[in-house]
Amino acid sequence: MKINSRLNEFVGEDFHEEEVMTPEEPINRSVVVESEPSIVADVCSLVLSELEENGFSKDDVFAVHLALGEAFVNAVEHGNKMAPDKKVTINYSMDSDKVEVSVSDDGEGFNPEVVPDPRCGVNLYRPQGRGLLLIHSYMDVVKFNERGNTIHMVRYRERPRLIEDLSPNHT
Amino acid sequence: MAAIKPRISVEYSENATIVTFTDEKILEEKDIQALQESIMSVVEQSERINLILDFCNVRYLSSAVLGLLIRVSKRICERESQLRLCNINPKLYEIFKITRLNKAFDIYQDVESAVEDLS
Repeated sequence: MKINSRLNEFVGEDFHEEEVMTPEEPINRSVVVESEPSIVADVCSLVLSELEENGFSKDDVFAVHLALGEAFVNAVEHGNKMAPDKKVTINYSMDSDKVEVSVSDDGEGFNPEVVPDPRCGVNLYRPQGRGLLLIHSYMDVVKFNERGNTIHMVRYRERPRLIEDLSPNHT
Repeated sequence: MAAIKPRISVEYSENATIVTFTDEKILEEKDIQALQESIMSVVEQSERINLILDFCNVRYLSSAVLGLLIRVSKRICERESQLRLCNINPKLYEIFKITRLNKAFDIYQDVESAVEDLS
């Protein structure tokens, strides 16, 4: 796996890299980065490159790109309130069925139930507030932890990979 | 000195100003802020403007870009001008539909149709 050299500047000691065996074996990664909006592109590139390497469709890649980008910016701006001393942790895993991504900030958390619907009334003309709507629209499962500082997202492969022991000829 | 890459190109036609985004991906806050400054300065150039935003190069945008469009739209409205969007690919158009902003903006297939019945 190629690691973006710029991202290395922000990756602390907590970077864990699991050895990738084969494309069929699950991948698990954890990255801790500075709470800095400008590294959203690098964070996305890190995850998206592995999605592409592991045969996820263009629609899957687009969806995860969008959701991860929104979740990361939310973590930096709303979770960590732009505090430069805070961190954002991204955990992601992928296998033959799906990709799962969690984004955690160091903030107090929030109640996602109280976020207003940006499609309604005057909200439609507000410049902010659409990130969560897009995350819910593009990911199949979206959950928050109790505190509200971790978002967990799952996207099932558009085209699931058949695994060997499901083939009709396998005894 | 690093080369500065312009984020928009501006073309002036008989009855419209066409601003084309040059970046394929628009997601970083500082880039969006720079885009806003560039577009607003184009809007401020004339008392009234028929502004067309061309997305032909854009493959990805974040929700912050939608916020930018809303701010531009409000400034356009204050100046009694017109704003039209065009060349939005199907994947990006889906974002406009999900957020219902396809109802808030005048969206055209291409520049030609966007320019067609401008006053």
